[in-house]
Amino acid sequence: MSLMERRLIRETSYGLTAKLWQISWIYVLLLCALAAVGYTALYSAAGGSPDPYASRHILRFSFGLALMLAISLIDIRFIAKLSWLAYAGCVVLLILVLKMGHTGKGAERWIDLGGMQWQPSELMKLALILALAHWFHKASWERTGSILFLIPPAVAVLVPVALILKEPNLGTAVITAVVGGIVFLGAGVRWWKVLALVCCVGAVAPVAYNHLHDYQRARITTFLHPESDPLGAGYNIIQSKIALGSGGMWGKGFLNGTQGHLNYLPEKQTDFIFTVLAEEFGLVGGLALLGLLLFIILGGMIIGLRCRHQYGRLVALGISMNFFMYVLVNVAMVSGAIPVGGVPLPLVSHGGTAMITVMIAMGVLMSVHVHRDVEFGDGRDEF
Amino acid sequence: MKREAKRSGVFTRRALLVGGAQIAAIGALGARLYQVQVVEGARYATLADTNRVSARLIAPPRGRMVDRAGDQVAGNKLNWRALLIAEQTSDVTATLDNLSAIVPIADHERARIERELRRHRRFIPITVREFLSWEEMASIEVNAPDLPGILVDVGTTRIYPFGPTLAHIVGYVAPPNEQDIQDDSMFALPGMRVGRAGVEKFHDVELRGRAGAVQLEVNAVGRVIRELDRQEGTPGQDIQLTIDTGLQQSVLARLGDESASAVVMDARNGEVLAMSTNPSFDPSLFNSGVSQAQWIEWTNNRKAPLINKAVAGLYAPGSTFKMVVAMAGLESRAITPYDVVNCPGYLDFGDRRYHCWSKYGHGGMDLHNGIKNSCDVYFYEVARRTGMDHIAAMANKFGLGVKLDIELPGARTGFMPTREWRQKQGKAWNIGDTIVSGIGQGYMQLTPLSLATMVSRIATGRAVQPHLTRSIAGVLQPGSKPEDWPLIAVADKSLHAVREGMFAVVNEPGGSGPLARLTMPGVQLAGKTGSAQVRNVTREQREKGYKSDNMPWEMRPNALFVAFAPYDAPRYAVALVVEHGNAGAEAAAPIVRDIMTDVLTRDPAGRKDGLGQRVADAVPMPAPPGSVKIP
Repeated sequence: MSLMERRLIRETSYGLTAKLWQISWIYVLLLCALAAVGYTALYSAAGGSPDPYASRHILRFSFGLALMLAISLIDIRFIAKLSWLAYAGCVVLLILVLKMGHTGKGAERWIDLGGMQWQPSELMKLALILALAHWFHKASWERTGSILFLIPPAVAVLVPVALILKEPNLGTAVITAVVGGIVFLGAGVRWWKVLALVCCVGAVAPVAYNHLHDYQRARITTFLHPESDPLGAGYNIIQSKIALGSGGMWGKGFLNGTQGHLNYLPEKQTDFIFTVLAEEFGLVGGLALLGLLLFIILGGMIIGLRCRHQYGRLVALGISMNFFMYVLVNVAMVSGAIPVGGVPLPLVSHGGTAMITVMIAMGVLMSVHVHRDVEFGDGRDEF
Repeated sequence: MKREAKRSGVFTRRALLVGGAQIAAIGALGARLYQVQVVEGARYATLADTNRVSARLIAPPRGRMVDRAGDQVAGNKLNWRALLIAEQTSDVTATLDNLSAIVPIADHERARIERELRRHRRFIPITVREFLSWEEMASIEVNAPDLPGILVDVGTTRIYPFGPTLAHIVGYVAPPNEQDIQDDSMFALPGMRVGRAGVEKFHDVELRGRAGAVQLEVNAVGRVIRELDRQEGTPGQDIQLTIDTGLQQSVLARLGDESASAVVMDARNGEVLAMSTNPSFDPSLFNSGVSQAQWIEWTNNRKAPLINKAVAGLYAPGSTFKMVVAMAGLESRAITPYDVVNCPGYLDFGDRRYHCWSKYGHGGMDLHNGIKNSCDVYFYEVARRTGMDHIAAMANKFGLGVKLDIELPGARTGFMPTREWRQKQGKAWNIGDTIVSGIGQGYMQLTPLSLATMVSRIATGRAVQPHLTRSIAGVLQPGSKPEDWPLIAVADKSLHAVREGMFAVVNEPGGSGPLARLTMPGVQLAGKTGSAQVRNVTREQREKGYKSDNMPWEMRPNALFVAFAPYDAPRYAVALVVEHGNAGAEAAAPIVRDIMTDVLTRDPAGRKDGLGQRVADAVPMPAPPGSVKIP
């Protein structure tokens, strides 16, 4: 059976059952394991009670899982057709949110959608990945080398980055830029051109710093010397480090973390959930969680590598990179390696929209996996 | 297909690179966790414990003071106060508005409350009003439904039942300052007071007691989760003073409007029975804070009510110093009691003429008559023969110009000039300086308390130290018995000669202080007058017919009188200085007579009762509520 034939068979015979079989259930299991870790941590964060965090966390995850499975069955080619529409929709939402969204803690902007509060910047990242993947998927290898061809996708990155910076949400803006850059790299754009894009964002940084809110500047300055302001902005970092350090190698035991339970840890159910775990389960627990997260990240990368079409490859790369960036920024933040940035730990932190957004992305990733062998162009400049 | 393969190949390479970078980054996070959790773990573990456990203090009640009869002179009174707990009300402003309709809250108080509200966590009580009357307290309780967050509780405040009578001795307490809080974190407790003057300050450590401590587990906002350990504190110790309040009151009353100070001592053991300084002030004003107007009034008053003149007022002793000069002459064998000096009304020495107070002169004077008449010329000559070294040494022996062990922080040593002191100043000590020192003038500056000490030592021959503390926590302090004090190294006959002279001053015809003579049967008082100039009388003034009565008040001489009684069994000593009272014989002697009559009638040292009897009956005060975190 030739390759052509095999592909033809798959394409025609993909019924619902066959598609379900194609879902990587091991990957789904890894996600469930991560959500279970989240349940444990939130149970502890609530002082040994499923309320108010853990029970809602698992409800949302169940809903998210169903959503993910549903999306994974949607043909990736259909999703690809919607890429730019999703991008445009998210940009409109971002602008809307700047005009009329409400502000939480003086920073991230939220918008009401169907009774839930959404942070469009989270969805924006996914839409950006899809749009960029679509752009590079359509292009021939030769055109990927031309600078003129790279200008529209570069603009497509800078517009949401600028809008998110204006919210202002420094952490998400940086992650968005990095994720966009990675898609450029994966598409085969030369390193120096990607570097040029990074420099472009970098050149905006000093200007952006002047427009930063005081609290954001404070986060950057206290990052350098957290002990200088132990009760102010440096408090979070110090208390988190104390919690981690007092956990030691083996931890204080489940529900025995004093820092978390006596509320020394700020926002322990969201940004600092990793600290709650690492205080109670020690370095061993922390490394185990990092290992689980690494499996999920690399799993996404492998899905990309196994995909036979450029769109799927780039989408998988972007989505796992996005997931990776969450983990990197969050854990680096709670261990005092970078400034506090308000980035949650995916599927562990308490928070509805973040979880749903992640699960939507995971659904798209799984759709890539399910439809890895579909006939879907080969870069012949279909413009 | 070839193109697709190329794209796929590039992607694979780059995806593997990115994957490798991700693994490296997660590895770096792991390393970071290792550093924080294991390498620096021990340090953070300690920090976590200090986070969790908070030691707090429980305020002890301050010790009380009683006088020698057991009457309370400083105590604690319940202080009803209104507190506000912000988290218990939805609208702090409305609550305060409602409260101010019941008990008025001044604008500056309102500002203070709002400042404290901003500074403290919402569950920490803030004092809104102190010293609520019973009516105010009742109407707050009745209106409680309209006053959510308002809480009435009870603390203690310091009271001084005898107010100005004992202000200079008992002293006062005031809210602690930053330095006090640094020295002892107990002072950060609400309602704590620190001794600022008098015995309150001197015995502050004994009076304040030791704070108890509780170890509490607290959460991040400082709310208490549970108590881990508790150590009860010790209340401040009660102190019994040597003072007889009744005597103190009557002495103060006898001083009238004069700016004056009188010290009554038990000559046998140095107990200070009365130390009255006029005018005085109300010490309880310091407890709540002194108004600016009051402060200006006190500091501008030329009679200086805030100064305890008995220990901080410095005066030339005048003729009251002559006993010391006499003893110095006798002991150094410069004179004998029988040496006669002729007084023509003046003594010429060098190019100066030194006048006697009597310009007609006293004629031939021996020791007895020299003291009796207070003849200046006699003592000029004795001082000249004796020399300043012997005089200063003898003065020091009798407690003049040396530091006394009185329990008053503001006490001053006074000053007894010596040749060495003068030479250190780069000037020569002249014989003329010795001559004027012979009548207690010149450079010397002494306190009334040191004069009382001097006369006590002359009367009993014992080196008693004046003191105010009779017992602490019911334990009699050393120094209460005459045997506690060593005898002074002065020959009995010298002391006796001086005592006889002092007897003659008051009781013999022609003595210089007849107005001090007691009218009580069978008891005699021995004493000595003194009139000390506060500025030099110039030759010009003297020729114009100087009369001190015509001088402005500030320029008149100070009137002094020192005395002991009974003469044949010395027990009580009195020293009195009437500022600018002119002649000691007229302004001071009658007052001392009345004081001594009063002392002998009351006989405070002879009474057997009073040693802390009423202290034992007293019920200890409850500890003021509130606690503070030990930093």
